[in-house]
Amino acid sequence: MIEERKIVLEARDITKSFPGVRALDGVNLSLRSGQLTALLGENGAGKSTLMNILGGALAPDAGILLLDDQEVHFRSPRDAADCGIAIISQELSLVPFLSVAENIFLGREPRNRTGLIDQVRLRTATYEILSRFDLPIHPSTPVGSLGPGQQQVVEIARALSTLPRVLILDEPTSSLSHLEVEVLFNVIGDLKRQGVALVYITHKLEEVARIANCITVMRDGRVVGTAAHGDLQQDEIVSLMAGRKTLETFFKAPSQNGPEVLRAENLCMRRLGSGRTMVLDRVNLRLNRGEVLGLFGLVGAGRTQLLEILFGLHPRTATGEVFIEGIRMNFALPADAIAHGIALAPEDRKREGLFLEMSVLANASSASLDRSVLLGIIDGSRERERLSPYLTRFCVKTSSLSELIRNLSGGNQQKVILAKWIATEPKVLLLDEPTRGIDINAKREIYKFINELAAAGLGIIVVSSELPEVMAVSDRIAVLSEGRKTAEFLRGAADAETILRSALPTHK
Amino acid sequence: MILVLALLSHRFLTLENSLNILRQVSVNLCISIGMTLVILSGGIDLSVGAVLALSAAIASGFLKNGVELPMFGARVQLTVIGAITAGVAVGAALGSVNGLAITRFKLPPFVATLGMLSIARGLTMLWTGGFPITQLGPNFGILGSGSLIGVPVPVLIMFGLTGVFVLVTKRTRFGRHLYAVGGSERAALFTGLRVNRIKISVYMLSGALSGIAGMIVTSRLDSAQPNAGLGYELDSIAAVVIGGTSLSGGRGSVGGTVLGCLIIGVLNNGLFLLNVSPFWQQVVKGLVILIAVAIDKLNERDRGFI
Repeated sequence: MIEERKIVLEARDITKSFPGVRALDGVNLSLRSGQLTALLGENGAGKSTLMNILGGALAPDAGILLLDDQEVHFRSPRDAADCGIAIISQELSLVPFLSVAENIFLGREPRNRTGLIDQVRLRTATYEILSRFDLPIHPSTPVGSLGPGQQQVVEIARALSTLPRVLILDEPTSSLSHLEVEVLFNVIGDLKRQGVALVYITHKLEEVARIANCITVMRDGRVVGTAAHGDLQQDEIVSLMAGRKTLETFFKAPSQNGPEVLRAENLCMRRLGSGRTMVLDRVNLRLNRGEVLGLFGLVGAGRTQLLEILFGLHPRTATGEVFIEGIRMNFALPADAIAHGIALAPEDRKREGLFLEMSVLANASSASLDRSVLLGIIDGSRERERLSPYLTRFCVKTSSLSELIRNLSGGNQQKVILAKWIATEPKVLLLDEPTRGIDINAKREIYKFINELAAAGLGIIVVSSELPEVMAVSDRIAVLSEGRKTAEFLRGAADAETILRSALPTHK
Repeated sequence: MILVLALLSHRFLTLENSLNILRQVSVNLCISIGMTLVILSGGIDLSVGAVLALSAAIASGFLKNGVELPMFGARVQLTVIGAITAGVAVGAALGSVNGLAITRFKLPPFVATLGMLSIARGLTMLWTGGFPITQLGPNFGILGSGSLIGVPVPVLIMFGLTGVFVLVTKRTRFGRHLYAVGGSERAALFTGLRVNRIKISVYMLSGALSGIAGMIVTSRLDSAQPNAGLGYELDSIAAVVIGGTSLSGGRGSVGGTVLGCLIIGVLNNGLFLLNVSPFWQQVVKGLVILIAVAIDKLNERDRGFI
C-alpha cells in the first residue's frame, strides 16, 4: 500500500534518444515526499539517463518534468540544484587537495563583510553537517587523504548541505563499510522524516528490502514495474530486470570444442587505495579452441581488468598464472601477448582501439605492420594487398582505404578493429563490449563474425553487459560479481534470471 | 611574402643571397628535424641547444689536442672524422638519457629535457673552462665553410637529412610508430607497439641531430663556444609549429618543418636586408608563430575535429 504522500517531483512520458539508440521511452516516475523509491535495472536500462534528466544535465526529447505540480525546464544542473534537487553520483567529484569543509561548501562558502571566506562559520557549519553522520571525520582534513568510504560520506554531506527536497543517490554504498552503510541508512531515515523525496539506484536487493518504500524496475528504457515495497518479491524483481527477450533469429553454430588454448589460475588484482579491496579475487578461467566464452557481469565486476591482465597490461599489479596452450606465460606488455597469439579489442574504442588521425588502412595494419615491412620500409602495395581481404571479409564500408577512420560509423570502426586483429592471426580473441554503441544491423554482423571465427578454430572471450547478447553468442557463460567468478553455465543451461542473479552483489 | 621581399630589396632575389639563407637555415633545420620527430611522438625536447654545445665542445676537445685519460695512461686524439662521429655520438647518448628519464622514471618530457638543458650547459662550462676551443684545423673547417660543386656543405647536409627523414616519417615502420604513439599513446600500447623503445629512440635521434648541428656551427666558426646554441630550442619549436605540426603529437610532417625553417630564414634575411632592427625581427617572428598556429586551428575546426 503506497501511502498517499504529496508528489514532489514527477517525470511524465519522458523520452530521450541518442544517435542509434533510444535510451528512454515514455518513462513515468513519481517521487513522493518522505518516501524512498528504489530504482532497479540492468546496465543500459536507462537509469543514469533518467537521473541526468531529473538533475538538469540533459534535456528530454519529449515529456515533461513537474515540480510541485508546476512544469519545469532545467537548462543546466545549476537550475535543478537551485530548485532543490541534489544528485550524488557514483563518480566522486571532490577536490582532493581541499579540505572536507572547503569541498562541502565549494562555491557556496560563507563570507564575512570584507568578502573573504569566514573560516569560523565554514567550520561550524561543517561540524553540524558531519555530526549527523556521527563519524570521525574532521572538517580540515584534506579530502584526498580520506578513504573511499569517507570520501563518499563527504560527497553525501555536500549534497545534504544544500538542503535538498529531492535527493538522488546512485549506488551510494559501493565504497562504504558496514558501519558507514548503517550511518547512511540512519541519515536516510532522518531525511524521510523531514519530507525529502529520495531516489536510490542500486543492485543490492537486501538494501532495497530495508529502506525502500516503493520499487521501480526499468528495462531497455522503459519502466516495466512499479510497486510498493512488500508487494514485489525478490524473484519477481530479478525477473522484471532480466526480461524474457531473446535475440530472435540468431542461429549459433554448435561449438567446435577443441583443445585448451587459454587457462588462467588464481588471478588476483588489488585495487589501488582500497575500498572493496580486490578488483579480481582468485578468478579461474579456461578456454578451448573453437569456443566462445561469454563473460557477464555488472559494471565494476572486474571483467575489463580480467581481459587486460590476459593481454599483459598489468604485469606488476596482478598476480596469478596464465597458460597459453599449456605453457606458462609472463607478459610484460601487450606486445608480448600479441606475439603469443592473443588479441584484444578494447571497450574504449576511440581512446584505446583506434588511431583517429590515421587512415582505415593504417589502422587495420597497425598491429601486423611487420608483415608489410622490408628492411624497415613499409611496402605500400603489400600493405594494401594484405589487409584488403580482411577488410572485405568483415564488410567494412568505406569509400577508400585511405579514408580517415574517424569518418566511419561506430559499427564500421569496430569492424576495422576486428580486421586489424584477425590480420595478426591470433589464437585467442578477447572482445570487450564489441557491440556497444553500434546499430542493430552491425551488431548482427559482428555476431556472425564471432560465429565464423570460432568455427575457424579461434578461442573467443566476449565481455558483454547485455544479457540477451551474451546468451545468444556464447557456448559457455562465466559470471563475475565484485571481482569473483560466481557462476559458470553451459549454453542453454540457465535462463536470464539465473544468470542475472549470480551477477548481483551480495553483502558479505 | 617572398614576393614582397623581392620587391623591396634588389639584393634579395640573388643566388648568393639564397645560398646565404640556406646556409643560415641549415643549423636550425638539423635541430628542427629532430624536434619534429620528438613532437610528433607527443613529447618535447628543450635540451637541444645545450646538447649542441656540449657535443661540439667534447668533439673539439678530442680533435684539437686530444684528451688526457689518466686511467688508461694515454692521450686520445681523434681525426676529423673521428671527432665528428664523437660529437654525434655524444649527442645521441645525451638524448638517450632524456629518453630513459622519460620512460623509466616517468618524468614529463618538459621537465626531463629542461633538467638536461641545465646539466648539459653546466658540463659544457666545466669541460671548456668557460673558454672557446678554437683553431681546429682546416680539415675540420670544410664541414662548415666548404662547398661541393658550388653548394655549401651544410646545405648539402640539410638536403640529405631532409630527404632521409621525410622518407623515415612517411614510409618506414618507425615513422608510422611515431605518429601512432603521438596520436594516442594508449592505443599504441594496446596495439602492441613498444612505446618505451620508440620514445627512447626518438630522443636519441634528436640528440644526434643536435650533435650534427653542433659540428656544423663549430666548423663554420672554427670555434666551440661554451654558450653555443643558446635559444636554439625556441627557434626550432617555432619552425616546427609554423610548419603545421601539432604540439600534442600525431599530426604534422618534416616537410612542413622545412617550410617553417625557410619562412623564418627568409623573414630574418629579408628584414636584415631592409635594415630593420634585429629586435623587430623577434617581434615579427613571434607574430608569424601566432598567425600560423591560428590558421592551423581554424582549419582543424572546419574538419570537424573530434
